Amino acid sequence: MIKKKKTSTQKGTYKRLFSYMKPYRGKLILAVILIMLANIAYALAPLFMGNATNFLALVLENGRAAQAGADFLMFLALMGGAYGLNSVFSYIGTSLIVSVTENTIYDLRKKVDYKLSKLPLNYYDTNSYGDILSRITNDVDTVSSSLQQSIYQILNAFFTIVIILIIMLNISGVLTFVGLAAIPVALLVASKIAKKSKAKFDAQQKKTGELNGFVEEYYSGHNVVTVFGREDTVIDEFETTNEDLYEASKEGQFLSGTLMPIMQNTTNLGYALVCVVGAIIAILGGLSIGMIQSFTLYLRQFSQPLTQVMQITNIIQSTGSAAARIFEFLDEEEEVPDTENPQFPKELKGQVTFDHIRFGYLPHQTLIHDLDIKIGAGEKTAIVGPTGAGKTTLINLIMRFYDVRSGGIKIDGVDIRDMERKRLREIFGMVLQDTWLYNGTIMENIRYGKLSATDEEVMEAAKKARADAFIRTLPGGYNFVLQEGASNIAQGQRQLLTIARAMLNNPPILILDEATSSVDTRTEVMIQEAMTEMMKGKTSFVIAHRLSTIKDAENILYMQDGDILEVGNHEELMAKDGLYAKLYNSQFSDND
Amino acid sequence: MKCVFKELGRYKKELLLIVLTVLGTTLSALGLPSLLMRLIDVAIPNEDMAMVLRVGGFMIALVIFGLLCGVATSRLSATVSMGVGRNLRSKIFEKVQYFSQTEIDRFSASSLITRTNNDISQVQVFLNQCLRIAVQAPIMCVCGVVLAISSSPQLSGVLVISIPLMAIVLVAIAKIAVPLSTKIQVKMDRINLVMREKLTGVRVIRAFGTVDFESQKFEAINRDYQKTNKKLQRTTNLVMPVLFIILPLTAALVMLMAANQSLNKGIDYTIGEVMAIIQYIMQIMMAVIMLTMVFVMLPRASTAAARAKEVLDTEPSIKNKENTKDNTQKRGYLTFKNVSFTYPGADVPAIKGLSFEAKPGETTAIIGGTGMGKSTVVNLIPRLYDVTEGQVLVDDVDVRDYDMEVLRNKIGFVPQKAVLFAGTIDSNIQFGDRNADEDRIEEAVKIAQSYDFVMKKDGGFNAPISQGGTNCSGGQRQRLAIARAIVRKPEIYVFDDSFSALDFKTDKSLRQALSKETEDATVVIVAQRISTIIDADRIIVIENGQVAGMGTHKELLETCDVYKEIVDSQMSKEEK
Repeated sequence: MIKKKKTSTQKGTYKRLFSYMKPYRGKLILAVILIMLANIAYALAPLFMGNATNFLALVLENGRAAQAGADFLMFLALMGGAYGLNSVFSYIGTSLIVSVTENTIYDLRKKVDYKLSKLPLNYYDTNSYGDILSRITNDVDTVSSSLQQSIYQILNAFFTIVIILIIMLNISGVLTFVGLAAIPVALLVASKIAKKSKAKFDAQQKKTGELNGFVEEYYSGHNVVTVFGREDTVIDEFETTNEDLYEASKEGQFLSGTLMPIMQNTTNLGYALVCVVGAIIAILGGLSIGMIQSFTLYLRQFSQPLTQVMQITNIIQSTGSAAARIFEFLDEEEEVPDTENPQFPKELKGQVTFDHIRFGYLPHQTLIHDLDIKIGAGEKTAIVGPTGAGKTTLINLIMRFYDVRSGGIKIDGVDIRDMERKRLREIFGMVLQDTWLYNGTIMENIRYGKLSATDEEVMEAAKKARADAFIRTLPGGYNFVLQEGASNIAQGQRQLLTIARAMLNNPPILILDEATSSVDTRTEVMIQEAMTEMMKGKTSFVIAHRLSTIKDAENILYMQDGDILEVGNHEELMAKDGLYAKLYNSQFSDND
Repeated sequence: MKCVFKELGRYKKELLLIVLTVLGTTLSALGLPSLLMRLIDVAIPNEDMAMVLRVGGFMIALVIFGLLCGVATSRLSATVSMGVGRNLRSKIFEKVQYFSQTEIDRFSASSLITRTNNDISQVQVFLNQCLRIAVQAPIMCVCGVVLAISSSPQLSGVLVISIPLMAIVLVAIAKIAVPLSTKIQVKMDRINLVMREKLTGVRVIRAFGTVDFESQKFEAINRDYQKTNKKLQRTTNLVMPVLFIILPLTAALVMLMAANQSLNKGIDYTIGEVMAIIQYIMQIMMAVIMLTMVFVMLPRASTAAARAKEVLDTEPSIKNKENTKDNTQKRGYLTFKNVSFTYPGADVPAIKGLSFEAKPGETTAIIGGTGMGKSTVVNLIPRLYDVTEGQVLVDDVDVRDYDMEVLRNKIGFVPQKAVLFAGTIDSNIQFGDRNADEDRIEEAVKIAQSYDFVMKKDGGFNAPISQGGTNCSGGQRQRLAIARAIVRKPEIYVFDDSFSALDFKTDKSLRQALSKETEDATVVIVAQRISTIIDADRIIVIENGQVAGMGTHKELLETCDVYKEIVDSQMSKEEK
């Protein structure tokens, strides 16, 4: 078993995120070089411009100084060339980064998707749907959108700062010192502010969550508010949360909004000081005017990358926590792999044996204590019990969504743990009340039961499942597109489609969940007919709500509190006068 | 964006201050280079140390002024943008609270949630990012143009070429990028949809062994998204490089023109002038770039604002009349007079020609298949919808003539979906009657057969209820929703399929306890289970919106085929 790794440190998270870029490191290195070159070209351009200015000054003063004119044009061309190279290099550089990050995200998504198919059912049953969903969608989106943005900006800011620093030092060490003296102080102040604003943003995030929850709750329960006439109280409560959110977000936005003016004006302060000191040095004869001018131009470029870096740190933090959540997901323990030498029954008859099985979802809890029963091929087994008795547990075990703790389940003599999961599950046809259909046409949805089926086979199955008639009334018939959750057809119709889907494969063993109250009487009769037709001559497990089904069954498993407490047929169990008899009497006796 | 501007109007003072502070920032930024020019042109040639220090002092003062203005702008724009968001959100929420079910259905609850939360957030983000820019860019533009033209109208002519050129490039890029980004949104939704489906369908996917099929499907959309996104990124990334070619080209052009005019036309320029004009032109072009950013962000924000406005512009279809009536003489009478109801946009009425009369102490049950219009009938009583024809009378007064608060005070409604709200058990019961004391709450809980499980919870009546009541089972939620209605001591009880999650035993004892409480009230029950309604004084069988039969259980068994069919489907023959 793989032990769950905790990505405890942020550093580890970033390292791991970068390891995903490894396959593309050639491109990444090339991008770094290109961005560096672009920055050098960009930094050189003002030098050429300064020279062009100087020669232009000569031209303007002396009129026809031919040499000056030629030099002016040359430097002008150099300047244009430098900016041109900057544009070309940085565009190719960013394009490469786009390619690297998009490929990385693609890989990450693929990994997440693969992981989804490898996780044991237990993971899905014990973690909240919202949490998993947010990891595999929102968190991946966050990483994806910030990765590309921040990599380019960090590289760019880094090179700009380094190169400009070198040039400024080259012009004058003293002026560099004077110009940048205030920056460490500003950085200190800015990082304090950034920390504070992060706290406010966290508060804002929390309040937003609260408010969203509140709105969701009261909009979905709108009719309750209306019938109890409590609009005013609800509005008052909303106002309080809304006001809190306002305060937190206002402070957060304000604080983070001060970062830019602070950094900008600090460099401006340096600029003013440089002007004064530079002028003094110039008067004393140590510096030319042109040098002061180009120095100040460089200095002004200094504030932008600094502000950028300050702003990126926020993005990097949120990327880090999103990535950490994704990695946590990727590190979840996987299903036990299929056995090395898989076996399969020589002849599939549909005989199922539960051999002294013991099972519980949690290590310290045992639900099924000792189930020992042999179900012959073609027999019907009804699973009954009060709601919440854990009737799906048995299905989880037969289909090997969960493994038994001890004992074993055999199909036609072969232990299901010795089979490949895929082949094992092909033996079953499953129709649950929780009808899962996906966004796609009806044809595609039925074909899901057997991907190689022809259109004719699909329609044949739909006819047998009593679904053909209603499908033909839909616009587009079999090409009618189901929305997510098949919310554009009725519950009963959904169930008919899942029956058709299960019938398509003609599996030897069936697992069925009978329809209950949510379906109207007529459809219910149709579902019943379809199910009866499907069960002909097959081994079947039915979560039964209907007396006729129960009475016909060769075996009845009475479940309560997760365990199978009574086994037998209707007559046997009634004669026993135990729990089953009690349930039977309470449900049906007072309906005189 | 109209509603946003209206809200902005409430912040006139702040907006004016933003203009002033931004002006201050701009002046401070523009002032520095001109002061430097003075140092270079005057102080250094004259070797005037005193002037250097004086100008230097002025520069530092200007920087501090700029800093103060910048911080103030940030404060103001945060106040305005967040304030506008808060106010819009409040308005929408309040509006929705008074919507009738018709409006809720029209928008759908989930869309209203998005409009209240995400759409308003979009507007806030836009305002916060753009208020400063929207003010600063025009100021920079105007300052730049004025300064450039006053220095040299001839050289400023360059703007006539470079600004349209820049605009053409930006528009061209936007033309490619905007449709791509719409496409991206669709593809993103698709990825998330498939992810959601995989999560909800994990059992089915594994049962059918279609893991490979699923991963191929995902692979395709993942690849598709990646390709489109690359295309989009590459397009938008063009903006900066292109601008960094146009900007220096403009500067070069200015210099060339200066040289040319000086050589051929005898116009004299000092180098300072040329440099200044280049700076001003850069300034103007930067302002244009900033403005395009606003226009890039605008469509998204204005779609969001339009969606919010749609809610604000919707008037609830059910409102109080001007002169409301009441009848204090009678209590617990409910009459349907030839009632028909058609859902907005539907061709066929959901309810047609329903008439019945119920007196205090009587129980009226409504039964029929799903989608047959049972819930619709009871929704008409508290005016969740209004009838299209006929009349619903409570205590002989048309429900539309009541003040809604008075009407709803007479009704204890238990909806089909037992909704609880985050809070405690106490607060949820009290939702039915804010004045209910502890004894009354306890009594209601006991009648609703909830006392035992409430006491078993940590904290008893103060036990927390999580959002949507997810920490209670379906049956517990249903019973608490019933207690919430009981606590009101209503004249008319409405149970819309409220016993379905209860087991038969609890169902029975609840109805027994309830019968004492409802002695002088009318009870209307919508049900699926025959056993729940078998003793009702009047059973109304609804089939396709029409009354298929009315009477007691015994009578209906004799006379009503639909009823018999329902009974048959629920009990096998020997049970009847």
